Amino acid sequence: MVEWTAEERSIISEIFSKLDYDDVGPKCLSRCLIVYPWTQRYFGGFGNLYNAEAILSNPMIAAHGITVLHGLDRALNNMDDIKNTYTQLSELHSEKLHVDPTNFTLLADCLTIVIAAKMGTNFTPDMQAAWQKFLSVVVSALGRQYH
Amino acid sequence: MSLTAKDKKIVKAFFGKVGGQAADIGNDALSRMIVVYPQTKTYFSHWKDLSPGSADVRRHGLTVLTGLLEAVDKIDDLVGGLLNLSELHAFTLRVDPANFKTLSHCILVVLAGMFPAEFTPEVHVAVDKFLAKVALALSEKYR
Repeated sequence: MVEWTAEERSIISEIFSKLDYDDVGPKCLSRCLIVYPWTQRYFGGFGNLYNAEAILSNPMIAAHGITVLHGLDRALNNMDDIKNTYTQLSELHSEKLHVDPTNFTLLADCLTIVIAAKMGTNFTPDMQAAWQKFLSVVVSALGRQYH
Repeated sequence: MSLTAKDKKIVKAFFGKVGGQAADIGNDALSRMIVVYPQTKTYFSHWKDLSPGSADVRRHGLTVLTGLLEAVDKIDDLVGGLLNLSELHAFTLRVDPANFKTLSHCILVVLAGMFPAEFTPEVHVAVDKFLAKVALALSEKYR
């Protein structure tokens, strides 16, 4: 089981309490699609992804970014059993969506960068460490049902 | 994946703008790497103080960033231009090349935090590709 210090829990809560899902969600997903263009393979039905401007102004991508970001809520609310919390979502990503689990880390890195951009110097090294630990636990849980 | 003319233009313009803050960027990136990826401390066992912003960290952060700015100047031939640095990393420092990616990620986080307006997705992808190419050039002499 993953052990969380009181400080780590506090840092994770703080980041989520300040999180503007409607802003960060779209920014995170669109950045991922721009920086790692091969991830666009999963978004064939999402309209115009022809260039960065199109991706950044695509309403379907924006909406989906918010959905994906809210997917982290269940980890926040179940920090002591993130592994099992993601069983169904892991199956979904593996069996239905056929997403290469490497992509989870790519998206997680983009999320970290978007949050760093919003928080500036407030995103200290200790906060980054706790945040990346949290994301890596979620990423690992999402990959568990792949076979 | 290679650097297009557009990538090079973006990288040169961006580092032209932010290069003056190389000391702060290097210090923050290195500090973060040591905290977020504690396994990297193994390369700095000879330092007195590994805490964020220590004199050792600041000094070395500037060394690393100065090297990066040199790479920007040599962007048209990274492998040739960074041959000496590659030999240093391969034969003397013997840093495991996996750590290049780790430090690159920390540099990106710092750039986003320090320059949120300038570090757009387009700049991000160009800089990410550039850092990957620098890592490759530094790995050239390893084996």
